[in-house]
Amino acid sequence: MLKLRRTMMYVPGNNPSMVKDAHIFGADTVMFDLEDSVSINEKDAARFLVYNALKRIDYEGAEIAVRINGLDTPFGLQDLEAIVRAKPDIIRLPKTETPQDVIEVEKVIAEIEGKIGIEVGTIKMMAAVESALGILNAREIAAASSRLVGIAIGAEDFVTDMKTTRSLDGVELLAARSQLLFAARAAGIYALDTVFSDVNDEDGFANEVKLIKQLGFDGKSVINPRQIDVVHDIYTPTDKEIEKSIRVITASEEALKKGSGVVSLDGKMIDKPIIERAQRVLTLAAAAGVYAIEGGKEIGY
Amino acid sequence: MNVKTIAMAGTLESSDVSIVVEPSRNEGITLELNSLVEKQYGEQIKCVVLETLEQLKVKKAIVKIHDKGALDCVIIARLQTAVLRAAGVETFNWEEEK
Repeated sequence: MLKLRRTMMYVPGNNPSMVKDAHIFGADTVMFDLEDSVSINEKDAARFLVYNALKRIDYEGAEIAVRINGLDTPFGLQDLEAIVRAKPDIIRLPKTETPQDVIEVEKVIAEIEGKIGIEVGTIKMMAAVESALGILNAREIAAASSRLVGIAIGAEDFVTDMKTTRSLDGVELLAARSQLLFAARAAGIYALDTVFSDVNDEDGFANEVKLIKQLGFDGKSVINPRQIDVVHDIYTPTDKEIEKSIRVITASEEALKKGSGVVSLDGKMIDKPIIERAQRVLTLAAAAGVYAIEGGKEIGY
Repeated sequence: MNVKTIAMAGTLESSDVSIVVEPSRNEGITLELNSLVEKQYGEQIKCVVLETLEQLKVKKAIVKIHDKGALDCVIIARLQTAVLRAAGVETFNWEEEK
């Protein structure tokens, strides 16, 4: 089954009440943060808190990621020593600028995996790109390690680096989002969009989610549980889309049986990319639990 | 680990615990506990605290705990943080963790 990563919810790593309940809101991935949401003099406290929480709290199958501090800070190495031992699904790197950044973190993870006796490569990685240099290197970053399951854009640092600000239509991010998507798709990994900071602007948030879905992103980082359902609703195929996709697949299967090279549906030609998109809709719908595929055959939705 | 100075960790927010670790003249651990759930969980909290101090090899200290309904993992984390700060140890030996 396709792994959905429509929402990745940030949880400040030094907040016990949020850390203990992080999984109950239904985000596809929960990401505990040791980086920007933790003040410099509480880095040690957050590291111990996330480490112990991951060791002892049952997050009931939610995918768990931890954002560490960069290896260029005094905290990055200690974060890795602790967090690899707590075995999250994913370790997320902040402010990735070169493929070397990924390779260096990977080396440390592999070393600790070896020491604690888990298979090297168990813990996956995700890299966040947050600067002009990072975006220009996105292609090489995305291909830097087989551990990478996705790359993400961090817009707040990025727009600052670009000497601009964020707007509701996101024009300042269009080139960066596109380049990040090219890199992710070429490497065959997920592409995750940045946070939308104004939790009270629900329309603005929904519009941004529609935009990034249309661009091709797999999902978005969220900072508040209220944002989760909005993203999931927009990312879940509608009944109409599911129905149409079933008809496309059925028509293509029938054409194949008849040995007919050309498939047509409602007078329109159906070719390979259209069939692939229909399959993708059904895969997404199945993963979202609104449609069931049994033995390769649809059994309704 | 030797407790050399007064240090604290945690907060008084719900689900957290505030822990102060102080140097002690006497051998052993002096524990002061103030908890919202002391009647039900007081003994368990003390057990978690003493076990964690043993793992950190703290032989003498005064430990003041103000609990706001923290889970065991939060108590352990805050105590580890406070002890390291009180001992002036910046790099924790993670290799000893299981």
